[in-house]
Amino acid sequence: MLGSAVAVVLLRNPVNSAMCLVLSFLALAGLYITLDAFFIGIIQVLVYAGAVMVLFLFIIMLLDLKAEARRRLNLAASAGGIAVIGGFALLLVQVVKSLPSAAHPFPALNPDAPSDVVGVGTTLFSHFNLPLQIIGVLLLVSTVGVVVLSRRTLR
Amino acid sequence: MLTLGNYLIVSGLLFAIGLGGVLLRRNILVIFMGLELMLNAANLSLVAFARHGATAVGLPDYNAQVLVFFIITVAAAEVAVGLAIIVALYRQRQTAHVEDLNQLKF
Repeated sequence: MLGSAVAVVLLRNPVNSAMCLVLSFLALAGLYITLDAFFIGIIQVLVYAGAVMVLFLFIIMLLDLKAEARRRLNLAASAGGIAVIGGFALLLVQVVKSLPSAAHPFPALNPDAPSDVVGVGTTLFSHFNLPLQIIGVLLLVSTVGVVVLSRRTLR
Repeated sequence: MLTLGNYLIVSGLLFAIGLGGVLLRRNILVIFMGLELMLNAANLSLVAFARHGATAVGLPDYNAQVLVFFIITVAAAEVAVGLAIIVALYRQRQTAHVEDLNQLKF
Protein backbone atom coordinates (compact mmCIF):
# COMPACT_ATOMS: atom_id res chain seq x y z
CA MET A 1 0.00 0.00 0.00
CA LEU A 2 2.79 2.39 0.89
CA GLY A 3 4.57 1.47 -2.35
CA SER A 4 1.59 2.45 -4.49
CA ALA A 5 1.18 5.61 -2.39
CA VAL A 6 4.80 6.53 -3.18
CA ALA A 7 4.09 5.82 -6.84
CA VAL A 8 1.16 8.30 -6.72
CA VAL A 9 3.59 11.03 -5.73
CA LEU A 10 6.49 10.05 -8.00
CA LEU A 11 4.83 9.12 -11.29
CA ARG A 12 4.83 11.86 -13.87
CA ASN A 13 1.61 11.04 -15.70
CA PRO A 14 -1.57 11.92 -13.72
CA VAL A 15 -3.43 8.88 -15.11
CA ASN A 16 -0.78 6.53 -13.70
CA SER A 17 -0.95 8.42 -10.40
CA ALA A 18 -4.71 7.94 -10.27
CA MET A 19 -4.40 4.20 -10.97
CA CYS A 20 -1.85 3.80 -8.19
CA LEU A 21 -4.18 5.76 -5.91
CA VAL A 22 -6.93 3.19 -6.62
CA LEU A 23 -4.51 0.41 -5.69
CA SER A 24 -3.57 2.24 -2.50
CA PHE A 25 -7.22 2.73 -1.50
CA LEU A 26 -8.02 -0.94 -2.12
CA ALA A 27 -5.07 -2.00 0.04
CA LEU A 28 -6.24 0.41 2.72
CA ALA A 29 -9.68 -1.24 2.63
CA GLY A 30 -7.88 -4.52 3.24
CA LEU A 31 -6.20 -3.00 6.29
CA TYR A 32 -9.58 -1.86 7.63
CA ILE A 33 -10.86 -5.41 7.26
CA THR A 34 -7.88 -6.77 9.19
CA LEU A 35 -8.91 -4.33 11.93
CA ASP A 36 -12.42 -5.93 11.99
CA ALA A 37 -13.99 -2.78 10.56
CA PHE A 38 -15.87 -4.49 7.72
CA PHE A 39 -18.41 -1.71 7.19
CA ILE A 40 -15.71 0.95 6.88
CA GLY A 41 -13.75 -1.29 4.52
CA ILE A 42 -16.72 -1.73 2.20
CA ILE A 43 -17.51 2.00 2.34
CA GLN A 44 -13.88 2.72 1.48
CA VAL A 45 -14.09 0.54 -1.63
CA LEU A 46 -17.45 1.98 -2.69
CA VAL A 47 -16.82 5.67 -2.02
CA TYR A 48 -13.09 6.11 -2.58
CA ALA A 49 -12.08 3.40 -5.03
CA GLY A 50 -15.42 3.75 -6.79
CA ALA A 51 -16.94 7.21 -6.79
CA VAL A 52 -13.99 9.49 -6.00
CA MET A 53 -11.59 7.80 -8.39
CA VAL A 54 -14.14 7.79 -11.23
CA LEU A 55 -14.49 11.52 -10.62
CA PHE A 56 -10.70 11.97 -10.72
CA LEU A 57 -10.29 9.97 -13.95
CA PHE A 58 -13.22 11.81 -15.51
CA ILE A 59 -11.65 15.17 -14.72
CA ILE A 60 -8.25 14.00 -16.04
CA MET A 61 -9.97 13.00 -19.26
CA LEU A 62 -11.91 16.26 -19.42
CA LEU A 63 -8.80 18.39 -18.95
CA ASP A 64 -6.83 16.18 -21.37
CA LEU A 65 -3.70 16.35 -19.23
CA LYS A 66 -0.45 15.18 -20.73
CA ALA A 67 2.47 13.86 -18.72
CA GLU A 68 4.07 16.71 -16.90
CA ALA A 69 6.90 18.28 -18.86
CA ARG A 70 10.23 18.04 -17.15
CA ARG A 71 10.53 21.52 -15.71
CA ARG A 72 13.48 22.83 -13.83
CA LEU A 73 12.84 21.94 -10.19
CA ASN A 74 13.15 24.60 -7.59
CA LEU A 75 15.93 22.77 -5.78
CA ALA A 76 15.82 24.71 -2.51
CA ALA A 77 12.06 24.29 -2.22
CA SER A 78 12.22 20.56 -2.94
CA ALA A 79 14.98 20.06 -0.39
CA GLY A 80 12.92 21.97 2.16
CA GLY A 81 9.88 19.82 1.41
CA ILE A 82 11.85 16.60 1.78
CA ALA A 83 13.36 17.88 5.04
CA VAL A 84 9.88 18.65 6.42
CA ILE A 85 8.61 15.18 5.48
CA GLY A 86 11.66 13.41 6.88
CA GLY A 87 11.44 15.36 10.13
CA PHE A 88 7.77 14.54 10.44
CA ALA A 89 8.34 10.83 9.85
CA LEU A 90 11.20 10.70 12.37
CA LEU A 91 9.17 12.52 15.01
CA LEU A 92 6.25 10.19 14.40
CA VAL A 93 8.36 7.05 14.87
CA GLN A 94 9.74 8.50 18.11
CA VAL A 95 6.27 9.28 19.45
CA VAL A 96 4.85 5.86 18.56
CA LYS A 97 7.87 4.13 20.13
CA SER A 98 7.44 6.10 23.35
CA LEU A 99 3.72 5.29 23.55
CA PRO A 100 3.39 2.52 26.17
CA SER A 101 0.15 1.05 24.86
CA ALA A 102 1.39 0.88 21.26
CA ALA A 103 3.26 -2.39 21.80
CA HIS A 104 0.31 -4.30 23.26
CA PRO A 105 -1.61 -6.60 20.93
CA PHE A 106 -5.25 -5.69 20.34
CA PRO A 107 -7.81 -6.95 22.87
CA ALA A 108 -9.84 -9.95 21.77
CA LEU A 109 -13.22 -9.33 20.21
CA ASN A 110 -16.40 -11.16 21.15
CA PRO A 111 -16.95 -13.75 18.38
CA ASP A 112 -20.73 -13.86 19.00
CA ALA A 113 -21.15 -10.10 18.60
CA PRO A 114 -23.59 -8.88 15.94
CA SER A 115 -21.96 -7.69 12.73
CA ASP A 116 -20.41 -4.25 12.87
CA VAL A 117 -22.95 -2.84 10.43
CA VAL A 118 -25.45 -3.22 13.28
CA GLY A 119 -23.11 -1.46 15.71
CA VAL A 120 -22.20 1.41 13.41
CA GLY A 121 -25.81 1.87 12.34
CA THR A 122 -27.12 1.90 15.89
CA THR A 123 -24.51 4.41 17.01
CA LEU A 124 -25.07 6.54 13.92
CA PHE A 125 -28.83 6.78 14.31
CA SER A 126 -28.98 7.06 18.10
CA HIS A 127 -26.02 9.10 19.37
CA PHE A 128 -25.11 10.90 16.15
CA ASN A 129 -28.49 11.61 14.63
CA LEU A 130 -28.09 15.39 14.41
CA PRO A 131 -24.57 15.22 12.84
CA LEU A 132 -25.94 12.72 10.33
CA GLN A 133 -28.61 15.18 9.25
CA ILE A 134 -26.09 18.01 9.10
CA ILE A 135 -23.91 15.83 6.85
CA GLY A 136 -26.93 15.32 4.61
CA VAL A 137 -27.40 19.06 4.31
CA LEU A 138 -23.67 19.44 3.61
CA LEU A 139 -23.92 16.99 0.72
CA LEU A 140 -26.91 18.87 -0.68
CA VAL A 141 -25.07 22.19 -0.40
CA SER A 142 -21.96 20.80 -2.09
CA THR A 143 -24.06 19.35 -4.92
CA VAL A 144 -25.70 22.71 -5.52
CA GLY A 145 -22.30 24.41 -5.27
CA VAL A 146 -20.78 22.10 -7.88
CA VAL A 147 -23.67 22.75 -10.26
CA VAL A 148 -23.25 26.52 -9.83
CA LEU A 149 -19.47 26.29 -10.24
CA SER A 150 -19.57 24.26 -13.41
CA ARG A 151 -21.92 26.57 -15.28
CA ARG A 152 -20.49 27.89 -18.49
CA THR A 153 -20.45 31.55 -17.41
CA LEU A 154 -19.89 32.54 -13.83
CA ARG A 155 -21.67 35.71 -12.84
CA MET B 1 0.78 -10.29 15.90
CA LEU B 2 0.18 -6.77 14.67
CA THR B 3 -0.01 -4.09 17.31
CA LEU B 4 -1.45 -0.61 17.48
CA GLY B 5 2.04 0.81 16.90
CA ASN B 6 2.37 -0.92 13.51
CA TYR B 7 -0.85 0.58 12.26
CA LEU B 8 0.03 4.02 13.63
CA ILE B 9 3.39 3.98 11.87
CA VAL B 10 1.79 2.93 8.57
CA SER B 11 -0.80 5.67 8.99
CA GLY B 12 1.87 8.28 9.74
CA LEU B 13 3.97 7.22 6.77
CA LEU B 14 0.89 7.44 4.55
CA PHE B 15 0.31 10.96 5.89
CA ALA B 16 3.96 11.86 5.21
CA ILE B 17 3.69 10.55 1.63
CA GLY B 18 0.53 12.59 1.07
CA LEU B 19 2.23 15.66 2.53
CA GLY B 20 5.16 15.02 0.20
CA GLY B 21 2.78 14.91 -2.75
CA VAL B 22 1.29 18.24 -1.72
CA LEU B 23 4.67 19.89 -1.15
CA LEU B 24 6.71 18.49 -4.03
CA ARG B 25 4.32 18.10 -6.94
CA ARG B 26 3.27 20.95 -9.20
CA ASN B 27 0.25 19.41 -10.89
CA ILE B 28 -2.90 20.58 -9.14
CA LEU B 29 -4.66 17.23 -9.58
CA VAL B 30 -1.78 15.30 -8.03
CA ILE B 31 -1.78 17.78 -5.14
CA PHE B 32 -5.43 16.90 -4.67
CA MET B 33 -4.58 13.19 -4.63
CA GLY B 34 -2.04 13.92 -1.90
CA LEU B 35 -4.81 15.54 0.14
CA GLU B 36 -6.89 12.38 -0.25
CA LEU B 37 -3.97 10.28 0.98
CA MET B 38 -3.67 12.43 4.10
CA LEU B 39 -7.40 12.11 4.87
CA ASN B 40 -7.11 8.34 4.49
CA ALA B 41 -4.14 8.26 6.86
CA ALA B 42 -6.27 9.96 9.52
CA ASN B 43 -9.03 7.40 8.92
CA LEU B 44 -6.60 4.51 9.29
CA SER B 45 -5.37 5.72 12.67
CA LEU B 46 -8.96 6.26 13.83
CA VAL B 47 -9.93 2.72 12.89
CA ALA B 48 -6.80 1.35 14.60
CA PHE B 49 -7.70 3.22 17.79
CA ALA B 50 -11.27 1.97 17.53
CA ARG B 51 -9.94 -1.59 17.50
CA HIS B 52 -7.50 -0.79 20.30
CA GLY B 53 -10.16 0.73 22.54
CA ALA B 54 -12.46 -2.29 22.37
CA THR B 55 -14.96 -2.35 25.22
CA ALA B 56 -15.21 -4.98 27.93
CA VAL B 57 -17.91 -6.90 26.06
CA GLY B 58 -15.56 -7.31 23.12
CA LEU B 59 -16.97 -4.74 20.71
CA PRO B 60 -14.81 -2.18 18.88
CA ASP B 61 -15.38 1.48 19.70
CA TYR B 62 -18.13 2.35 17.22
CA ASN B 63 -17.94 6.09 17.91
CA ALA B 64 -14.60 6.22 16.08
CA GLN B 65 -15.98 4.25 13.15
CA VAL B 66 -18.90 6.66 12.90
CA LEU B 67 -16.38 9.52 12.86
CA VAL B 68 -14.55 7.76 10.00
CA PHE B 69 -17.87 7.50 8.17
CA PHE B 70 -18.39 11.26 8.57
CA ILE B 71 -14.84 11.97 7.40
CA ILE B 72 -15.38 9.87 4.27
CA THR B 73 -18.60 11.77 3.55
CA VAL B 74 -16.99 15.17 3.98
CA ALA B 75 -14.03 14.05 1.85
CA ALA B 76 -16.36 13.01 -0.95
CA ALA B 77 -18.09 16.42 -0.86
CA GLU B 78 -14.69 18.13 -0.77
CA VAL B 79 -13.47 16.17 -3.81
CA ALA B 80 -16.58 17.13 -5.79
CA VAL B 81 -16.27 20.83 -4.98
CA GLY B 82 -12.49 20.90 -5.44
CA LEU B 83 -12.61 19.21 -8.82
CA ALA B 84 -15.33 21.62 -9.95
CA ILE B 85 -13.07 24.52 -8.93
CA ILE B 86 -10.17 22.94 -10.82
CA VAL B 87 -12.30 22.60 -13.95
CA ALA B 88 -13.42 26.24 -13.68
CA LEU B 89 -9.80 27.29 -13.21
CA TYR B 90 -8.71 25.24 -16.22
CA ARG B 91 -11.36 26.90 -18.38
CA GLN B 92 -10.02 30.30 -17.43
CA ARG B 93 -6.29 29.59 -17.66
CA GLN B 94 -5.80 26.40 -19.72
CA THR B 95 -3.28 25.09 -17.20
CA ALA B 96 -3.17 22.66 -14.30
CA HIS B 97 0.28 23.72 -13.18
CA VAL B 98 0.38 25.66 -9.92
CA GLU B 99 3.36 27.81 -10.88
CA ASP B 100 1.36 29.26 -13.77
CA LEU B 101 -1.33 30.42 -11.31
CA ASN B 102 0.41 33.43 -9.83
CA GLN B 103 -2.25 36.11 -10.23
CA LEU B 104 -2.53 36.63 -6.46
CA LYS B 105 1.22 36.64 -5.91
CA PHE B 106 2.57 39.91 -4.54
